[in-house]
Amino acid sequence: MSAPKNFDEFMDGLWKQNPIFVMVLGMCPTLAVTVSAVNSISMGLATTFVLAASCLLVSLLRHAIPKQVRIASYIVIIATFVTVVDYAIAAISLDLYEALGAYIKLIVANCVLLGRAEAHAARNPPIPATLNAFGMGLGFTLGLLMIGGVREILGAGKFFGFSLFSDHFQPWVVMVLPPGGFFVLGAWLIVFAAFKHASNKRNAGLQGVSS
Amino acid sequence: MSEEPKVEIPTFDMVRTLGLVSVICGVIIVGVFEFTLPAVNANKKLALERQAFKVLPTAKTVVTYFATPSGIVAAAAGQEIPPAGGMTFYAVYDATNNLTGIAAEGSSAGYADQVRVLYAYDVAKQAITGLGVISMRETPGIGDKIYTDQEYLKNFVALDVRLNADMTALANAVKTVKHGTKTDPWQIDAIAGATVTTKAVGRGINESAQKLLPMLVPHIDQLRKPS
Repeated sequence: MSAPKNFDEFMDGLWKQNPIFVMVLGMCPTLAVTVSAVNSISMGLATTFVLAASCLLVSLLRHAIPKQVRIASYIVIIATFVTVVDYAIAAISLDLYEALGAYIKLIVANCVLLGRAEAHAARNPPIPATLNAFGMGLGFTLGLLMIGGVREILGAGKFFGFSLFSDHFQPWVVMVLPPGGFFVLGAWLIVFAAFKHASNKRNAGLQGVSS
Repeated sequence: MSEEPKVEIPTFDMVRTLGLVSVICGVIIVGVFEFTLPAVNANKKLALERQAFKVLPTAKTVVTYFATPSGIVAAAAGQEIPPAGGMTFYAVYDATNNLTGIAAEGSSAGYADQVRVLYAYDVAKQAITGLGVISMRETPGIGDKIYTDQEYLKNFVALDVRLNADMTALANAVKTVKHGTKTDPWQIDAIAGATVTTKAVGRGINESAQKLLPMLVPHIDQLRKPS
C-alpha cells in the first residue's frame, strides 16, 4: 500500500471521521472521565493502545476467523488488551488508576473498538488496519483532551494541574460535574458543525464557479 | 422442484479459531499480569503507607494483619483478601518498632460514590485520632471539605470508640449529628452543606469499628512488636 493511502487511513480517524465530534461514539468515557486534561489524555492513550493492538490482531487473524464466531473472537481480543492496559496503568500510577476508575474496564464496551474491528480491521491488511485504528485512537484522544482541557480550565482554573489564574478566580464547579461534560461537548459539536457548514458552503461555491 | 444447495457449516474451524484466540489472549494476559504484579504491589504498598503516615505521623513501618473471630493473623506477602468473617487492618510502628497505632479502612455510600477513609485508632486512648481519605468522588468544593475543613477534622482528635463491658461492640455507636449539635465524644459534628458526605464518613467508621475492634482489642498485645 502506498504512503499517501496510508496517510489517508491515519488521517481518517484523526479528523475526517473523528469518533467523538463526527461519529459521536464512545460517549460514556467522553462525558465521565474528562474532568481534567490528565485524565482525558490517559484515557485517550489507553483507548488508542487497545484500538491499535486489537485491530492489528484482528487483521492478522482475519482469514482464520469464520464469520459465525467473529464477534465472540473480536470481543475476546478487545477484552484482552483492555486487561493489559488495566494492569499497565495500575503498575504505572495508582492515583491515575483510581481517577479513571471503572472506565478503564469499560473501554471494552466502547463502540469505537468493535466498530473498527468489524468495519475495517477484518477487511484490511495489518498495516492500514493498524494505521486507521491508531488515527482513530488519536482522534479520540484529541477529542477527550479538547473537552477535558476546557472543563479543567473553567472548573478548576488549571491546565494539566498548573494554575492559570490568580486567587480571585472563582471556579465554575459545574464544569467538573456531569452537566459540565454535556455543556462542553455540546459547545464543541456546535463549533464542528459550523466548520462543516462553512466548508460545505465554500465547496458548493467552488463547484458553482467551475461549472 | 430443485433441491436447495447444502451449506457447509465450518464446525471444526469455529472451534479451532475460538481455541486459538483464547490461547493467544490467555498467554498475553498471564504474561502481562506476571510482569506488572511486582510494580502493582509496590504501588499499593506505597499508597497505603502514604495514607498511614498521614493519619499516624510518627509511623515508620506498616504491617498488614487480618482480624478474625478466632484471633489476629499477619497477612502473607501479596495476600489481600482476609479469611472468611475477617477484616484487614494495619499495625503501624514508629522508628523504634513500638506500636504507634492501628489504621483501618471505613467505607460507605456518599453523594456520588463510595467514600473510602482510613482512620487511626489509638490503643491507649481507645479513640480514633486521625482521618485520611483513600478515595471519593464527591462534589468538588463541597464533599472534599471532609479533608480540608480543619473544624471538621477536629472531630477526629479523640473520637470515642471504646468497647462495651463484654467487648462485643462499641459502647456508643459513632454517629454524625447536625452541625453545631455535638454533645458527646463519640459524635461527629457534620459540615453544613456536606451532610451526605459527612454522614457517609460516620457510617463507614462506625460499621468498620463495630466489626474490627471486638476482634482486635482482646488480642492487641500480640501486636506490640512487628511480626
